[in-house]
Amino acid sequence: MTETNSGPASANGSAAKAAATSANGTETKASSTRGEWPLYEVFVRGKRGLNHVHVGSLHAADDQMALHHARDVYTRRNEGVSIWVVRAADITASSPDEKDPMFAPSGDKVYRHPTFYDIPSDVPHM
Amino acid sequence: MTTQVNDNRYDEAQLQVQFDATIEAKDRIEPRDWMPEAYRKTLIRQVAQHAHSEIIGMQPEGNWISRAPSLRRKAILLAKVQDEAGHGLYLYSAAETLGATRNELTEKLVAGRQKYSSIFNYPTLSYTDVGTIGWLVDGAAICNQVPLCRTSFGPYGRAMIRICKEESFHQRQGYELLMTMMRGTEAQREMVQESVNRFWWPSLMMFGPPDDNSPNTEQSMAWGIKTHTNDELRQKFVDMSVPQAEALGVTFPDENLKWNEERGHYDFSTPNWDEFWDVVKGNGPCNEQRVAHRKRAWDEGAWVREAALAFAENQAAEEAAK
Repeated sequence: MTETNSGPASANGSAAKAAATSANGTETKASSTRGEWPLYEVFVRGKRGLNHVHVGSLHAADDQMALHHARDVYTRRNEGVSIWVVRAADITASSPDEKDPMFAPSGDKVYRHPTFYDIPSDVPHM
Repeated sequence: MTTQVNDNRYDEAQLQVQFDATIEAKDRIEPRDWMPEAYRKTLIRQVAQHAHSEIIGMQPEGNWISRAPSLRRKAILLAKVQDEAGHGLYLYSAAETLGATRNELTEKLVAGRQKYSSIFNYPTLSYTDVGTIGWLVDGAAICNQVPLCRTSFGPYGRAMIRICKEESFHQRQGYELLMTMMRGTEAQREMVQESVNRFWWPSLMMFGPPDDNSPNTEQSMAWGIKTHTNDELRQKFVDMSVPQAEALGVTFPDENLKWNEERGHYDFSTPNWDEFWDVVKGNGPCNEQRVAHRKRAWDEGAWVREAALAFAENQAAEEAAK
């Protein structure tokens, strides 16, 4: 593709080189762990009406292979009607610490719970 | 600088307190939590060993797939061996949450630097052994694994829950296979007894060395990784198996095996621990063969793993160029 570019040869060369490096970024990274397939996290919907739930992880070369492997590894006994796979590297997670300020805002808001409100027991359907 | 170091030490102590409190409350440790380095190492060693056992465990039974006596038996055996592969993968996935990589674990296995259960170093000499392994070996595995469903490390416990559900199929298919043979000819009954004689002692050894010679047990129990000692589980397995053997019509090769009213348990002889350690050290009948087979599969599969990766990269590049 760079051959169609009419710019100076030296600039071309280095641009092509840079492009190759970035396109091969995954390969470079993978070869440092001796060609390990990327890690995927697997989520399975047990049956209609339920959420997808995380069941584990697996390695696959690409998304399609991850789906096939997920079927073979996690649904050999009708455990699911739908599977999601996502690269583990693409997941953003909160800090695991329970004391994390992330969850502090909900800690002191007892009025968000129905039991906060006293209603006489003889009021029906409450 | 000094304050910095002190702060770090304070943090570490705080983290240890939180970790201890989680264990004390019988709550679970999750992958991204802080944990003592020794806890992480012990778990990687145990979970990897467990995963390797499932993968190596495919070999003795896989040996009989092509020679199963009927299509029904072949389908069952295929499903069972496929389950073992699945169990290995659940466990490798749990080990990876601790920071180990899959390749590293496999390479340690084929280099003989990580162990697997010594039971799989015994050969399967007849198809009957498929039944005996299902009944006794998977039975012993269930005894070991059910308490591990409540182990302190979340991913390990969750993998064990999935595995235990499936092991029940393994044990029942084995027992049913043996029952079928016991209803057959005299020669078939003899085959069952001969097979049980060979697998009884190695099955008892699956629970590991006796408590007074099991250096890791105490710490593992304090961390909630293990919840029962090796000897407790071995006794439980013996107590469970004797009535099953009676129902089947076979005996176990131990003249000291008898009910002890006072203890409320069966008494039994001490397994031959010299044999156990010898097999663990690599001198069992099939150690070399098992590891060599795994290594061959790993080496010969390398081009497939590389090709799949190259294909995925090409596809991604084409997709990006569109």
